[in-house]
Amino acid sequence: MANETKLSSIKRNELILKVVIYVVSIIFSIMTLFPFVMLIANSYKDTYEVQGNTLSLISKAPLKNLKNNWHQITSKDAFHPGVGFRNSFIVATLSTILNVYFSALTAYAITAYEWKLRDSFNAMIMAVMMIPGTVTMIGFFQMAYKIGLVNKLSALIIPSIAAPTVVFFMRQYLQASLSMEIVQSARIDGAGEFRIFNQIVLPLMKPAIATQAIFAYVGSWNNLFSPMILLTDKNKKTLPVMVSLLNGDIYKKEYGAIYLGLLVTVLPLIVVYAFLSKYIVEGVALGGVKS
Amino acid sequence: MRNKKLVDYAKYGYLFSLPFILTFCIFTLYPVIYTFVIGFTDLKGAGNTEIHVLPFISPKDGSPFYIFNNFKDVLTSKTFHKAFSNTWIIWFLNFFPQMGFALLFTAWFTDRRSKVKGTGLFKVLFYMPNIITAATMAILFQKLFGFPVGAVNQLFNAAKPYNFLINNWPVKFIIAFVQFFQWYGHTMVNLIAGVIGISPEIFEAAEIDGANRVQTFFKVTIPCIRQIMLFVLVTSLIGGLNMFDIPQLLVGPKNANGAALTTNMYIRNQAFDGSYLYNRAAAASVILFIIIVVLSAIVFFLLRDKDEAKLKKLKKAELKAARKGM
Repeated sequence: MANETKLSSIKRNELILKVVIYVVSIIFSIMTLFPFVMLIANSYKDTYEVQGNTLSLISKAPLKNLKNNWHQITSKDAFHPGVGFRNSFIVATLSTILNVYFSALTAYAITAYEWKLRDSFNAMIMAVMMIPGTVTMIGFFQMAYKIGLVNKLSALIIPSIAAPTVVFFMRQYLQASLSMEIVQSARIDGAGEFRIFNQIVLPLMKPAIATQAIFAYVGSWNNLFSPMILLTDKNKKTLPVMVSLLNGDIYKKEYGAIYLGLLVTVLPLIVVYAFLSKYIVEGVALGGVKS
Repeated sequence: MRNKKLVDYAKYGYLFSLPFILTFCIFTLYPVIYTFVIGFTDLKGAGNTEIHVLPFISPKDGSPFYIFNNFKDVLTSKTFHKAFSNTWIIWFLNFFPQMGFALLFTAWFTDRRSKVKGTGLFKVLFYMPNIITAATMAILFQKLFGFPVGAVNQLFNAAKPYNFLINNWPVKFIIAFVQFFQWYGHTMVNLIAGVIGISPEIFEAAEIDGANRVQTFFKVTIPCIRQIMLFVLVTSLIGGLNMFDIPQLLVGPKNANGAALTTNMYIRNQAFDGSYLYNRAAAASVILFIIIVVLSAIVFFLLRDKDEAKLKKLKKAELKAARKGM
C-alpha cells in the first residue's frame, strides 16, 4: 500500500516537472519570437497605426502601406538595403574564406612540422587571443588613414587572414584527428607539401572549417564597431552601418518604414537560418567543446 | 630508401605560418604598439600626423610623471568612471540570468529520466536571436520601448507613458535583457554539448548510488562541464567589457544621459566624435586591455583543473628529487 502511494506520488512529481519544463520552454519560445512578429506586423502599417497599436497584427491597407513604407525608406538617399547587402556580402564572404583557409594552414604548420620557433609561436597565439578589437582600433585607423585604406572594403577583409582564436580551435581539432601516416604516405607518393595540405588535410578538416566558417560569417556580417569607423562613404557602408542610419534624424516619424527597414535586414538571416539551423546549432556545440 | 632524400620539413612550418604572421604584424601588432605609443603622446585633431611624446616633466608646472598624463586624465575622468561601472553593471545583469537559465535548460533538456521531447526545436529557437545583427535588435527594442507610444507603453501604461530609455536602471535592464536575449541560447547550446560529451556510465553510477536529479546535476554534471563554463565566462567577460553595438544604438551616445555609456562607447567618442582626442582614447583602450588580461588570467587561475595542477606539481617534485638523487 505504502509503496504504491509512494510510486504514484513519484509519477505525479514527474508529470508536474514535465509540465513545468514545457510551459517555461514555450514561454521562452514566445519571448524569442515576439520581437520578430512585431517586426513583421509593423512593417505593413502606417505611422498612425504603429503609434496607435503596435501590438495589433491588423492593418487597414497593408499592401498600400508596405509600398508606401518602402518608398519612404529608399527615397531619402541614405538607407540603401541593396548596397548594404552587396557590401556586407562581399566583406563577409571574402573574409570568411581567408579566415578559415589561412587559419587551417597555420594550424597545420603548428601541428605537422617541427620547427624551432613553433612553441613560442603557439604560445603567442594563445596570448594574443585576448586582445580586444578596441585596442587595435585607434592605431589601425591611423594606419588605414595613412595608407589610404579608409572607405576600402579590403580594410575589413585582409586582416581576417590572422585569426588567433580560429587557429587555436583548428589546432585542437588537428591534434586530435590528423594522422601523420597519411601525410607520410602522400609524401612517398611524391605529393608536394602544399598539395598535401590542399588535397588531403583540408578535406579532413571539413567539420572544423564548417563550424568556424559559420562563426566567422555571422561575426563579420554583424560587425558594427570597425565598419562604423572605417566606412564613411555611403556606397561603401555595410548593412549594420546602414541599419544604424534608421536610428538617426533622417527617419524621425516614419515608424512603419523603420520597421520595414529592420525587417529587410533580418529576413535573409532568418531564411538562411531556417535552412541551416541544424548545422549551425551543431556547429556551435562543436565549437564550444574546446577542452 | 626514398626517405633518405632528407627533405627539410621545418621550412614548411615557417612558410605556412608566414601569411598569418605577416597579417598579424601589420594589422594587429603594429596598431597595438601604435595605440600604446599614442597613449604617451599629444596626438589629437582630425588628420593631424605630428606626434610628440609627452616630456617626463610637465612643461607647465614642472611636476614629474607628466608622460602618464593621458592615463591620469582617463583614470580621473568622471565620465570614464561612469562608463566603466555601467559596463560592469550591465554585464552582471546579463551574465547571471544568462548562465542561470542556460544551466536550467541544460539540466532539463539533458535529463535522462524525463526525456523531454522537442528539445531540437527549442534549441533552434533559443539560438536564433544570436545570429541576428545586434544593431537591428537594438533599434527594434528601442522602438518597442519607445516613448510615448512604444509597444510596451501601449501595453502597460497607455495613460501615463514612461520613458524607459532616459532613466538609469530601466535602460540598463533593457540593454542587459537584449544581451541576455541574444546569448542565453548560445550558452545553453554550448553547455548541452558538454553534457552530451560526458560518459553515460558516470550518470548510471550516480543513479545506482541513489543520487536524485538535483544531486546528480550539481555533483556530477557541473563539475564535468566546468571547462566549458570557464570558456563561456571568459568569452562573455571579454565580449561584455567590449560592449558597444547595443547601447550605442539603443540610446545613442548623446541622449544616453550617461546611464548606458560603456567603455567602448567612451573610447569611440573620445577618438572619433568631434574632439578627436586620439591620445586619450588610446590610453583608455590600453587600460581596458590590461583589465581584460588581468581578469582572464584570474579566471583561468581560479577555475583551472586543480587535480591536473596537483599532478603537474607532483611530477615536478619527482623530477627535482630524481635530479637531486643523481
